Amino acid sequence: MSHAGATSAEALSVHALTSAAKDVLEGAFPRLWVRGEVSGYKKYPSGHWYFTLKDAEAQIPSVVWKGSTARIREKLEDGLQVRAYGQLTVWPASGKMQFVVTAIEADGEGLWQKRFDETKARLEKDGLLDPARKRALPRFPRTVAVITSSEAAALRDVIAVIGRRNPGVHVVVIPAAVQGEAAPESLLGALDRLARWVGGDAEWRGVAIPAPEVLIIGRGGGSREDLWAFNHEGVARAIAACPVPTISAVGHETDVTIADLVADLRAATPSVAAEHAVPVLAEVRELVTQLAGMMADGLQDRIQVARRDLDRRADALSRRAQLVVERRRVRVDRVAARLAPQGLRSVERRRARMETLGAMLEARSPLAVFARGFAVARGADGATLAQRAAFIPGTPFDLLLRDGRVRATTDSVHTDAPHLRTDA
Amino acid sequence: MTFEQTLSRLEQIAASLDRDDLPLEEALKLFEEGITRLREASAALADADGKVRTLIEQSDGVFEAKE
Repeated sequence: MSHAGATSAEALSVHALTSAAKDVLEGAFPRLWVRGEVSGYKKYPSGHWYFTLKDAEAQIPSVVWKGSTARIREKLEDGLQVRAYGQLTVWPASGKMQFVVTAIEADGEGLWQKRFDETKARLEKDGLLDPARKRALPRFPRTVAVITSSEAAALRDVIAVIGRRNPGVHVVVIPAAVQGEAAPESLLGALDRLARWVGGDAEWRGVAIPAPEVLIIGRGGGSREDLWAFNHEGVARAIAACPVPTISAVGHETDVTIADLVADLRAATPSVAAEHAVPVLAEVRELVTQLAGMMADGLQDRIQVARRDLDRRADALSRRAQLVVERRRVRVDRVAARLAPQGLRSVERRRARMETLGAMLEARSPLAVFARGFAVARGADGATLAQRAAFIPGTPFDLLLRDGRVRATTDSVHTDAPHLRTDA
Repeated sequence: MTFEQTLSRLEQIAASLDRDDLPLEEALKLFEEGITRLREASAALADADGKVRTLIEQSDGVFEAKE
C-alpha cells in the first residue's frame, strides 16, 4: 500500500509533513479543556501571550493570540493553576505541538486563591477575623468618611444615597486609587489620614470639621485583578486598626475580599454601605418623638403610682387617727363623768368670791372716799402730800374735794391731831 | 456630647422612667435632663445642612477640607 512519502522518490517537503500532522491532530482532537500550571508566561510586544502548561510529568507549549486576550479576565502568572480551553495543533514553523488557548479559568487552587488563603490565614492567626472584634456601627453618625476613587460611580452612589436618606449628614471623601499597582499604597495613605484625623493629630488649614464616626471603604465591581488592592494584607490590617467602625463595599456581591473579612460590616455595594451607614432622617425624627412620648408617659405613670401610694397611706393614716380619737373620747367621757359634781361646786365658789372682790373694789374707789368728806392734798408738782414732812410752811398746795379744788398755803405744821388720839 | 451619645442617653432615660421602682425625686430629675437632651437632639435634627467635602493633605502635612 502506497502513501505519501512511501518511497524516496516521493519524499515530502517539511512543510507538507507538518501541515499533514496539523490536519491529523486537529481532526483527532476537537476543542477541549486542559488542566495545568502556567509556566514561563510572557506577553509579547505583538500582543500574543506565550506560556507553557505543565504538570509533574509533561508540558505543552501554549499561546493566546492577541485577538483572544481581551476575553481572558484572569491575570496570568507563573505557578497559577488554570483550566485552559483551546485547540491542540502543530506549529509548522517550529514543528512543535502547540495548544492555542481562547479561554482560561483559574483552577480552584489557583495562585490568586493561594495568596488569598495565605493572607487570610495570617490575619486569622492574629485574631483580626474574630467575629467578636466586629464593632457596632454608630446609629446616628453626623459625619461619614468615604475612602474610594474620587472619579468613580461608587462615590456618586454613596453621596446620592446619604443625601437622600439624611441631608444633615456630612460626607468627607478621602480620595484613593482603588486599582492598579499604586492602589494599596494609596489606600494605606487614605486610612492613615483618617486615623490621624480621628486621633486629633491633624493640623488644619481653614475650618476643622468634626471627625467622622464611621468609614465606608470600597469601589464598584470589577475583575478579580481590579479588586486585588482590597486583598492586600497591609490594607486589611489598616482597616482592622481603623479608629472608627468600618463598612467595606467592594465589587458586586460575589467576590469576597480580605477587606470585607476584616471590616466591621460587609456591604455588597457602595450604595448598600451608605444605607447601612446613615439612618433615614424622618425615622430619627420619629424616634426622638417616640422617646419624648415614652418619657412623658413614664413620668406620668410614675406620678400616678406615687399618688396612689400616697392615697393608700393617707387612708391608713386617717383610719388610725379616727381610732385614736375614738379611744381618747371614750376616756375623756369617763373622766368627765367622774369629775362633774366637784367641777360644778368649784365654779360656784369662784363666782361668789368674784362678787365679794367686786364689792371691795367698789368701796375703795377714790370717788367713794371723796363722797364720804375726805380731801387729798397735792403739791405743785402734782404729788400727793400724805405726810407732815411734805408740808413746808409758806408753801402753797391744792386740796382736792368732792366738788372742786382749794388753793391753800401751809401756815404751820403740828404733830398732834384729833384723828391720832388713841384715847378718844 | 455627640448626637449619637445624646440619643443613647435619651433612650436610657426613657427606659429608666418606664420603671415603677424609681424614686419619684429621681424620676423628676431624669425627666428634666431628658427635656434638655430632647432640645439638643431636636436642634441637631433641625440642622439638615450636610455637606460633601474632600479631604486633602497638603505636602506640608496640613489637612484641608474642600467643598
